[in-house]
Amino acid sequence: MSKRVLLVLTAFLATHFCQAAGSTLLNGAGATFPYPLYSKWFSEFQKVKPGVEINYQSIGSGAGIKQFLDKTIDFGASDAPMTDEQLAKAQPAALHIPTALGAVVVTYNLPGLSKPLQFSGDVLADIFLGKISKWDDARIAKDNAGVKLPAGLAIMVAHRSDGSGTTAVFTDYLSKVSADWKSKVGSGTAIKWPAGLGGKGNEGVTGLVKQTPGAIAYVELIYAEANKLPSALLKNRAGVYVAASPRTVTAAAQGSLKGMPKDFRVSITQAEGKDAYPISSFTYLLAYSKMEAGKGRAFKEFLAWALDKGQPLAEGLSYASLPKSMIGPIKAKVAQIQAE
Amino acid sequence: MTATTHSSPIPAAPALAPAPRRRRDIHLGDQAFQLVLRLGALLVLALIAGIVGQLLGLSWPTIQKFGAKFLVGTDWDPVNDSFGALPFIWGTLVSSLLALLMACPVAIGASLFLNEIAHSKLAKPVAFLIEMLAAIPSVVYGLWGIFVLAPWLRTTVEPWLGARLGFLPLFQGAPFGVGMLCAGMVLAIMITPTIAAISREVFRAVPLSHREAALGLGATRWEMIYLSVLRSSMPGVVGAVILGLGRALGETMAVTMVIGNRPEIATSLFAPGQTMASVIANEYPEASGTLHISALASIGLSLFLVSIVINALARYFVWRLNRKQGGAR
Repeated sequence: MSKRVLLVLTAFLATHFCQAAGSTLLNGAGATFPYPLYSKWFSEFQKVKPGVEINYQSIGSGAGIKQFLDKTIDFGASDAPMTDEQLAKAQPAALHIPTALGAVVVTYNLPGLSKPLQFSGDVLADIFLGKISKWDDARIAKDNAGVKLPAGLAIMVAHRSDGSGTTAVFTDYLSKVSADWKSKVGSGTAIKWPAGLGGKGNEGVTGLVKQTPGAIAYVELIYAEANKLPSALLKNRAGVYVAASPRTVTAAAQGSLKGMPKDFRVSITQAEGKDAYPISSFTYLLAYSKMEAGKGRAFKEFLAWALDKGQPLAEGLSYASLPKSMIGPIKAKVAQIQAE
Repeated sequence: MTATTHSSPIPAAPALAPAPRRRRDIHLGDQAFQLVLRLGALLVLALIAGIVGQLLGLSWPTIQKFGAKFLVGTDWDPVNDSFGALPFIWGTLVSSLLALLMACPVAIGASLFLNEIAHSKLAKPVAFLIEMLAAIPSVVYGLWGIFVLAPWLRTTVEPWLGARLGFLPLFQGAPFGVGMLCAGMVLAIMITPTIAAISREVFRAVPLSHREAALGLGATRWEMIYLSVLRSSMPGVVGAVILGLGRALGETMAVTMVIGNRPEIATSLFAPGQTMASVIANEYPEASGTLHISALASIGLSLFLVSIVINALARYFVWRLNRKQGGAR
């Protein structure tokens, strides 16, 4: 009997190994912001396509771009598009695939308010510049008719101390709405803050806000929703005060469609449209234009699935999904990946 | 960090005379052992050389652009590629010094008490608890700092200090809670177990006969502790303090969470600051500009230099102390 058993065993092992060799492993790294969404996508995609396994390290956008340029990973992920300088270094050429949308909300600690505060862009910029230092300032009051603001309470600005895509999007917005901000401070993942205290990560900033009456800060929309933080309505380009939500963020992308560059590297802060939330941004997967055959096919299959079946999953995790009219052009971009 | 060993009052073990019969074997073993030790020592040197080389390589663009001005510059603006390290050096030194000022009396006092005065039934569990403090992860200290210590400082301690000692520049300005004082206090708690544990070992090594001699000459308990215990173990205690200082200089996570992260040189202890280790931890992962990354590496190099200078000063201090004591005997 032993011979037969051995035969069966060998056959079993042989098929098993063949299967293992047939499975594809993709390694990616980058932005922390879309990590919950991506890990959901990867596990759902593996149910559809058991042969493909995708690993993702959420090490931050900057580090993701670095690893992408060093070619230690199969794909990267970033909240901010790569700069021209970085793009020139990419070999083979890099493609930006927008996957979802995020937003930054302004949160605060003011006890006894009955409704959310409202800000226009220039007032917000002057608060973060330290020019407006009291909550009962006439300009804040002008944005908040009928709201009783605490008299004499000092504004304490809290910001991210770690380099962050959230900071990049927020300061990009402030640079667009305030010439003063643009010339004195500028935008980037880490900047020289004119006022306030720094906290590490969304949780560090939230800690500062919760501990200090009169504090104001910015955090990611998803983080604010998960932690039930108050968030301000912002006056958009059309002059409407808009609350951040997946719907208004998608509207911002919709409003930016006109004049969208072919490589999708675009800022959608301060977008057109009366429903558009002004501090919105894309998050991207970074793909090489040439990939090894097996991996390339698997990655393209995954992207097609993410743009299709994946989008409703994004909404469930309170990410904003891409506008329907963008899906076609993005799929055309995915088709440019050569799997050889 | 071996400041304690050469001056330690532990008597050297009498040298073992090798048994003549197995002389050859022992020689071989000795040689192998010596080789292993030598390799170990060389490896440490190579490691340090490697670190310095790597840091120098990475910092090169900054060194070329700013030169020595980097060390005294006060501007840190990644958007405009303008970098200066002084606020970070200041923050590291001030927070560590504050921590030492608060931790040393407590740690040394506690270990003297446990060693000389307390009954062993009390001393053992208390010593164990103090050493337990060293095992708590720094992020826990940081969270405790944000959620417990900082609010208490903001609502109670800082207004109280401001009202009574507000004429001093040290205690002026708005009380934020987080800031230099908060960072110093968290660091003090973190380095207390290090200093206490080592000082206790040093005090324990003082021979009982010294204490008996002091008491026999009619010294009171305090005089005995001062004359026979404290004075003779001073170099060891300084070594313990240096180890604590080393931990304070390099501590990253807990400090980042409570110092306020503002690269500013302020005289007030209530004001926020920023340290060298925390700016690296904060900005390195998302730094993209070549000069920004290079400036962060230069901060690392500066931290290395500051640690070396402080260690050298401490060594010199111990050496002076030893010589003075030697002369007095």
